[in-house]
Amino acid sequence: MSTILIKNGRVIDPSRDLDETCDVYISKGVIRQLGKNIKRKASLEIDAAGKIVCPGLIDMHTHLREPGREDEETIYTGTRSAAAGGFTTVCSMPNTRPVTDSRTNIRYILSRVLELGVVNVHPVAAITVGQKGEEITEFGDLVDAGAIAFSDDGYPVMNAEIMRRALQYTAMFDVPILDHCEDIDLSNVGVMHEGFVQSLLGLPGITSAAETTQVARDIELLEFYGGRLHICHTSAVGSIHLIRRAKKRGLDITCEATPHHLTLTDSRVKETSFDTNTKVKPPLRSEEDRQELLLGLQDGAIDVIATDHAPHTTKDKDKVYLDAPFGLIGMETAVPVILTDIVHKGIITVNRMIEMMTVNPARILRIDRGTLETGAVADVTVIDPKKRHTIRANRFYSLSRNTPFEGKRCKGAVAATIVGGKLVFSEGKIIEDREE
Amino acid sequence: MKNKESTLVQDEKALDDMIDRMEKAVSEDFKNDPDFVLIGIRTRGVTLAQRLQAMIKARTRKEPPLGILDITLYRDDLSTLAKHPIVRPTTLPFDVDDKKIVLVDDVLYTGRTVRAALDQIVDFGRPALVKLAVLIDRGLREYPIQPDYTGLALETNPRQLVQVRLREIDGDEKVLLLELKG
Amino acid sequence: MKFRHKHLLGLEDLTREEIELILENATGFKEIFTRSIKKVPTLRGKTVVNLFYENSTRTRTSFEIAAKRLSADVINFNVSTSSVQKGESLLDTARTIEALGADIIIMRHSCPGAHQLLARHINASFINAGDGPHEHPTQGLLDAFTIKEKLGGFEGLNVVILGDITHSRVARSNIWALTKLGANITIAGPSTLLPKPFEKLGVRISTDLKEAIQNADVINLLRIQLERQRKNLFPSIREYRLLYGLTQERLKWAKKNVLIMHPGPINRGVEISQEVADGKHSVITQQVTNGVAVRMAVLYLLSGGDEA
Repeated sequence: MSTILIKNGRVIDPSRDLDETCDVYISKGVIRQLGKNIKRKASLEIDAAGKIVCPGLIDMHTHLREPGREDEETIYTGTRSAAAGGFTTVCSMPNTRPVTDSRTNIRYILSRVLELGVVNVHPVAAITVGQKGEEITEFGDLVDAGAIAFSDDGYPVMNAEIMRRALQYTAMFDVPILDHCEDIDLSNVGVMHEGFVQSLLGLPGITSAAETTQVARDIELLEFYGGRLHICHTSAVGSIHLIRRAKKRGLDITCEATPHHLTLTDSRVKETSFDTNTKVKPPLRSEEDRQELLLGLQDGAIDVIATDHAPHTTKDKDKVYLDAPFGLIGMETAVPVILTDIVHKGIITVNRMIEMMTVNPARILRIDRGTLETGAVADVTVIDPKKRHTIRANRFYSLSRNTPFEGKRCKGAVAATIVGGKLVFSEGKIIEDREE
Repeated sequence: MKNKESTLVQDEKALDDMIDRMEKAVSEDFKNDPDFVLIGIRTRGVTLAQRLQAMIKARTRKEPPLGILDITLYRDDLSTLAKHPIVRPTTLPFDVDDKKIVLVDDVLYTGRTVRAALDQIVDFGRPALVKLAVLIDRGLREYPIQPDYTGLALETNPRQLVQVRLREIDGDEKVLLLELKG
Repeated sequence: MKFRHKHLLGLEDLTREEIELILENATGFKEIFTRSIKKVPTLRGKTVVNLFYENSTRTRTSFEIAAKRLSADVINFNVSTSSVQKGESLLDTARTIEALGADIIIMRHSCPGAHQLLARHINASFINAGDGPHEHPTQGLLDAFTIKEKLGGFEGLNVVILGDITHSRVARSNIWALTKLGANITIAGPSTLLPKPFEKLGVRISTDLKEAIQNADVINLLRIQLERQRKNLFPSIREYRLLYGLTQERLKWAKKNVLIMHPGPINRGVEISQEVADGKHSVITQQVTNGVAVRMAVLYLLSGGDEA
């Protein structure tokens, strides 16, 4: 099957400010034509009446866990989870085992993706060898091997000198540093946001200052030494303020926020009676922090919505709160949750949501995606903004189940995902037939 | 369960007469006995025992010691009850050993309350004897327990409730038979 | 009134009426201590398990006596942290205990919410004997019972909790119980050990001892833990004693009949002086006795069935 005609959808392409009802014709993996009433025959016709058609969504921040923790997720299950969530491109973070810090690791991941992945995967390489924070990795070789960006995510770069050198050095390659901002000495043994709820529950807290001090430090380094900085999973009021001011000064800084930080707060820990599917770094913070994040979505302080999809086995999460690992999955819940709690509540338009998940990440990563212009690779997502459903983790394609949204009633779901002109996900199912 | 009809079984005068007769009988058996004590079962058994104590003192000039028993912790149905009765103190201001106890309660029904009371008394010591005085014996026994002093024997069925009202607690003085619908 | 909870995990979730119900029952149970046979058959045949992940002789023994006086069978599971792999063993231990037929599990653990994790996997009733700094409900109840016994009521009473509030489950449970019962609470200590967000609970915060205990009807002293000093939360024990140690002299700043309470064990000469601990204001030993009565009341109320 090499031609697809998507009919009557509301085509939203923020890369070209497009928002109109029309047809999309795809052949040989490329967008051939956009227009009203395209009269071409296609081997597959998709009726998108009442639905939204947009460029394939891009998730800049996921953990695919392979190699090393194939019990939590694999490239096979992770890419299917991505497709089920409407994502046609994902970036995989380097905190694998072994750490993705050399050419061989990058090549391994890319070959596995070629072999059995169903979406585009861009591996992110570690900033420091083994993510130990001591020596920088071979940036040039890694970029050449296919690394799309650099990050020590999972861990911060505590040594400011290392971050300085990383920013200076990556400037040569025009790749961004994806920055996990956390001062380990301040966050210490904390497991949830330091605030009112935490003081009642008696759990050790992670102060917002652990994030904001690092954001401030790295903005200063960016200003002095150049490079491109992207702040991962921004969660605190102070961070948004700093980023907004840095942007006003013209610095090359961008940032992302996750669906869970945008819709949940620290009170969830108490409401769910210490459910460890609320345990994540950075932690779910206060309502004030959440409101500032929503403001950031509206005024452009935040550029990207990324999931920080972090799988953990049920066995690992089923521990007392202090002992459970940090992390929540998110690729299969991002679209329904953002639509239900943010777009349908009128906080941002669906166009803005799509912008933050297509053209914006594409621009930061410097990839040829996030657009439906003619000649572009046919990565397309179809969304049904009205579909009512309940999130049930046992139906996920991900190997893991650690979601904070189990049982959530949503309005809005991914209807279909097309990767490179091939229908990969439709009507709730991954389509496994591979046709050359 | 809603009460539907209530029948007056004993009015104030009849009730007072009944208590009078009981007191006379008890006094007959135990006057001048230094080991005689009264024990009332909470709650109305206590009121009754207090009255008997006062009446005996008026008649014989000797006041028998009075104990108060809360049998809640000895009940056999606690693990099925969702609504737990409040546990109140039990006060026995005497050594139970070798005493002649007259146990007092307002209504004798299945006999389980008295069974619990006997178990509890026995945990305090070894009495010489225990006799039972009840105002109303409504039959339908589930245990082999019989009263020694009875105010009135009534034939009842399980869908009825016998309510003894005493002026110290309820404000008025009468015995009612209530039909329960439920 | 029905006690509608399957577990007793904290006082935050109880209503004022429910707390009063427990206290009322405790009076009835206290009378049993005066009998020569200190035993009633109420929990006969029930299995009560003490599962203590943190060492505690006093609380565990108190629960053990309470359960035994109610004729329950008591099993003590003393798990030392060094021999346990955290988390994994907790669930395995839980399954073992369930297989033993536990009806009520009394658990102490260093992590807040540990009981909720087990309650999801086991059918028994849980009593929280302390989950990290979160809550210690029976301590809160016995403290309230002691105050009621000595002072008659709670409305308008000035209660001061003094010490390391941030890490104290006793402080939290006290705050929940006493604010619901109508008392005025002041928390006092060094600013590094006082959680500022507690102001939202209607609690007064003070870092000055004299100001804090002025007009206090009750002073509840918390044990200062030496490990905190090593974490730079206050400079030294000496400094703590100088600023906050309660001595006979300083007691004069409070009301004449002030009650001195302490959950134990006492650091004599640190947060409390020898004379105050042994003096006429101290009700510390009564707290221990009341602890057994309150725990009997809790066990009694949790052992109910489902029939109305």
